[in-house]
Amino acid sequence: MIWKQDVECASRADLQALQSAHLKKLIPYIYSNCPVYKRKLDAAGVSPDKIKSIDDIKRLPITTKEDMRDNYPYGLFSCPQNRINEIHVSSGTTGNPTLVGYTKDDLKLWGDVMARVLCCAGAEPGDTIQIAYGYGLFTGGLGFHYGALEMGLRILPTSSGQTARQLKVMQDFKPRIIACTPSYVLYMAEEAKDLGIDPTKGNWKIGIFGAEPWSESMRREIESIWNMLATDVYGLSEIIGPGVAQECTHKDGLHIFSDVFYPEVVNPKTGEQVAEGEDGELMITTLTKQGIPLIRYGTRDVVSIRYDTCRCGRTSPRISKIKGRTDDMIVVRGINVFPSQIEHVLIGIEGTQPYYQIIVDRQAHRLDEVEVLVEVEQKFFSDEIRHLHEIRDKIKREIENVLSIGVKVTLVEPKTIKRSEGKATRIVDRRTL
Amino acid sequence: MRITQISIFLENRQGRLYDVCSLLGSNDVNIRALTIAETESFGVLRIVVDKSDAAIRLLRENQFVANFTDVIAIEVPDKPGGLASVLKVFAENDVNIEYMYGFVEKFSDKALLVMRFEDTDFAQQILAKHNVHVVAEKDIQGL
Repeated sequence: MIWKQDVECASRADLQALQSAHLKKLIPYIYSNCPVYKRKLDAAGVSPDKIKSIDDIKRLPITTKEDMRDNYPYGLFSCPQNRINEIHVSSGTTGNPTLVGYTKDDLKLWGDVMARVLCCAGAEPGDTIQIAYGYGLFTGGLGFHYGALEMGLRILPTSSGQTARQLKVMQDFKPRIIACTPSYVLYMAEEAKDLGIDPTKGNWKIGIFGAEPWSESMRREIESIWNMLATDVYGLSEIIGPGVAQECTHKDGLHIFSDVFYPEVVNPKTGEQVAEGEDGELMITTLTKQGIPLIRYGTRDVVSIRYDTCRCGRTSPRISKIKGRTDDMIVVRGINVFPSQIEHVLIGIEGTQPYYQIIVDRQAHRLDEVEVLVEVEQKFFSDEIRHLHEIRDKIKREIENVLSIGVKVTLVEPKTIKRSEGKATRIVDRRTL
Repeated sequence: MRITQISIFLENRQGRLYDVCSLLGSNDVNIRALTIAETESFGVLRIVVDKSDAAIRLLRENQFVANFTDVIAIEVPDKPGGLASVLKVFAENDVNIEYMYGFVEKFSDKALLVMRFEDTDFAQQILAKHNVHVVAEKDIQGL
């Protein structure tokens, strides 16, 4: 079923009229409620009453992750904190996390777009969903929860981890839908086999996977191992969390809910819109959010976009799977990892910044693993193994504190980390996606 | 009397020990005593050489992480119970040994051991008090 038939299947003209109406209300709202944006709009010479249609969006200034960081915690909010109903955070580039706040209406919007996500993937009223995304400050678990509530599904809020219990829940309550990261569902297949459970006879028939990049070959693997339909969900906490875009059962691009999250795909260097089908950075304007509405937010995700009508009948534009990043962020087990976070830790421990390298690996059917190589420096070297282990363990603990994921730290000899043009290669991503 | 040990960080990679030894050998530095402490991913090579200043300069010039460590070289009777007689002194006087290893050659009928103590000053006092023979740096160089 299609959750919001009237907007999801609207004609292009009707959709543009709706987007224009939203934008016309949004800009004066932000202008009069958010001093940071007022300054930005003034600096760009934009008078809010001149914004009349969605085409005027090109005249608006862009918003970056640095804007989020520089105005932490509340600078980009357009409403007072006493109207904020829920807070989520994701990792920032350094120091401050990225904070987002939802009003009651924002949470309703989230439930609505997540219900659309579930329907896109093929959920029907009466279905049971197992939500194995983490619940908590991470948006994954609760985002799916609100969508399933809105749709009236039976919810199994297992959150992430405790794999044996996840499998028992699957067997005992027979949910038709599983939502988690793609690497976790493959990991669960291995665990299932170890426990004598045949994954091809599992109960899950629909999977909604996201929060980390994955490929068509991983999709084929998941679909054959679990004998299910595997679909891709896209989102980021700055915009709403999961619920920005979702594949329908035709798996031919992710439907982006453009009546509320207006997409532009631009050349990251010039900011110019690229042609339909060309790769560029996805920029999103939240047309109806109240708590922390964002104008032309640069996601740093590289995608292409198309506007033709899908076989499922939805007219919403479709974005490709994420093809890359415009920065050096990597996503590991749903967590954003920036090399700068690790630099921060190392500087804090040693007072200098040793050379380091982050290696991300994914063994077949295992979860992503992160190894951080740190070159030993004269000043923290000791003839005693115990001291070297203490330093290694301290680095490990502090990185884990910052990233909230387990890492392995390995001390290596100086100059063993490859430099290119004098700079070390910070990230080696060996995951075969 | 203390002697100088050089400690070198080594990854567990093929040929790394050879690299150190050939570097020292080709520059006429003689290794008198050596031991390796190993872990699953790295090791610490500890050596006593005849020309320690030259050796550490060479190593650092060649991108090795190397430090000096103060150790004490002790002569121990080379007969059953010889080592025990020295260790007894330490045990009875709360002297903690971090690690120890033997010299490659000896220059009397006694065995020569390198010992690294938690508190080198304290160990020295105890050794002097109990008349345990400690070998001087110049004796090592002359080996």
